[in-house]
Amino acid sequence: MDALLPLLVGGPVLVAFVTTRLRAAVLRRALGLLVSGSVLVASVLLVLATRDGDVLAAQVAGWPAGIAIPLAVDLLSALMVAVASLLVTTCLAFAAATGDDEDRWFVPLALVLSAGVYGAFVTADLFNLFVLVEVALIPSYVLLTMHARREQLRAGRVYLAVNLLGSTVLLAGIALLYGVTGTVNLGELAGAATQSDAAALAAGVVLVAFGVKAAVVPAHGWLPATYPHAPPAVTALFSGLLTKLGVYALFRVYSVVFEGDPRLSGVLLVLFLATMVLGVLGALGEGSMRSILVFHMVSQVGYILLGLSFFGVLGMTAAIFYFLHHTVVKASLLMSAGAIEHTAGTDRLDRLGGLARREPLLALAFLISALSLAGLPPFSGFVAKFVLVRAALLEQQYLAAGLAIGVSLFTLLSMMKIWNGVFWGRAPHEHPTTTAGAPVNPDPGPESGAAQAHRESLATQAAAAVDVVADARTASTPDEPPHVRRALVLPGLALAVVTVAIGLGAEVVLDLSRVAAEGLVDTGAYVEAVTGR
Amino acid sequence: MSAAVLVAVLVAGGVFLVLQRGLVRVTLGFILLGHAANVLLLSAGGMARRGAPLVGEVDAEAAADPLPQAFALTAIVITFGITVYLFGLAGAGADEEAAALPGESTGGER
Repeated sequence: MDALLPLLVGGPVLVAFVTTRLRAAVLRRALGLLVSGSVLVASVLLVLATRDGDVLAAQVAGWPAGIAIPLAVDLLSALMVAVASLLVTTCLAFAAATGDDEDRWFVPLALVLSAGVYGAFVTADLFNLFVLVEVALIPSYVLLTMHARREQLRAGRVYLAVNLLGSTVLLAGIALLYGVTGTVNLGELAGAATQSDAAALAAGVVLVAFGVKAAVVPAHGWLPATYPHAPPAVTALFSGLLTKLGVYALFRVYSVVFEGDPRLSGVLLVLFLATMVLGVLGALGEGSMRSILVFHMVSQVGYILLGLSFFGVLGMTAAIFYFLHHTVVKASLLMSAGAIEHTAGTDRLDRLGGLARREPLLALAFLISALSLAGLPPFSGFVAKFVLVRAALLEQQYLAAGLAIGVSLFTLLSMMKIWNGVFWGRAPHEHPTTTAGAPVNPDPGPESGAAQAHRESLATQAAAAVDVVADARTASTPDEPPHVRRALVLPGLALAVVTVAIGLGAEVVLDLSRVAAEGLVDTGAYVEAVTGR
Repeated sequence: MSAAVLVAVLVAGGVFLVLQRGLVRVTLGFILLGHAANVLLLSAGGMARRGAPLVGEVDAEAAADPLPQAFALTAIVITFGITVYLFGLAGAGADEEAAALPGESTGGER
């Protein structure tokens, strides 16, 4: 099984190459789902193989250890790949429903992005990590600006600039680290930062770069400025993969190179608490579903990383559990928001309303995920926050514990704001369209009037030349106002079911998180597997 | 020493250009920053040994460290690709509204 590890990267890239040659959208869609589904199956096998703390390692191309690029899968990597591939699969299904994947390049780009992410999760070589992060980022530049709308181009400008700057800093950090230690192999770098101050400084530059990519305060501003402007399916994909890449890299570098150096933990604690608080406060000021949710991503990144700053098995267990929970829940919420935006043409709270009665299934999916995000039982968010707060109390970080609880109240407030604005109450009289013109009646009452309204809205949308509209027109009959189609709801609902499952079966996931955390706190097995000694 | 001065000059120029408004200037700034990172990579391998790192042709004592060269090559390719895309964005109109950042848009849905 070890020798097959490079396939995690190579497989999706090869299939992506094949899909660029396919003209039929159905074939591209099927192949994309097939390959990400296969990675999901493979990653479950990897989780089973590593659940006792074993580490699988492969030296690429059979070069001797120390010269080759090592790939290593411990339980942390296996869990990350599992949740990432679950997300890619559901996002591809969601993109099939929104029609985003009819663009010839969507599936290939998404597959290359996913390959880069899987690769970054399994590589044990710092420079290779840089390359794979770039492999994941370059398709994301294209996906973000895919429809070339004005606000997307503007978002793309910020996104590219920030990520390019982050990558340059990362490269400089790796150069410095290589200059000091003479290696970029994570196995040989183990503990390097604790042995020499120069190495600690160099690795600190690497941490800063990944902090930018993970949107840690004070480098968080780019995230809310860019993600809400991407196509909905793309935002969901990015939320689960790209910032999480930065978070994973912080986990790995801090635990392997720094071995949880206590000199840093104070600084990290302050930064992560600030991330938590500023993210949730920023969300309070936003007026549309996706921008609220994206600001919460910043806040939740703070939660995940809080466990890292405690370092200890307990804190890391909480961090890893939180990571898994949050990836699933946030993607589910963004898909629900995307389904609404795709159907109604907007996700602004002041232009929506009354969806709970019209779209009960969608409302259920959103409600479950929203309550889970806020941390209510019996969903996974409750367990995640409970474990995190408990870890904080046992570490005697009372301020952190109090803030974690306080911030989750504000999270609940934001979720209630969305719920009140979008799902409860009456639909506003001004039915929104893509061009925000044409007042039409969204009430299903008079059949012919509604049908007329529907045709009107379709006409304006078509005029706006948004290619996804063609899909909506064929899917909903002219006899009723646009309902959110089942295919748009199901991916989000499936992830909502996963969060319930994680919440109810928390024992299993917690055990896995604990083993993964032990592997991070004591990196002996990982280092041994990577260096082959 | 010469490498350190070179990196300092490149970073200074790069940071200055990145802080400009126009996307083309920002892109040129990133090219300079990328060069700075590459020089840093090369100097990480040691500047004194300059021989071609080929087994059997050059004395191992005089051969340069091939790994940073490979790193720099990879990094150049990546930076080049992204630079071209940035210029593409500038050409597609991301530069026209350089004055207005996302979120500051007047009207239009988000």
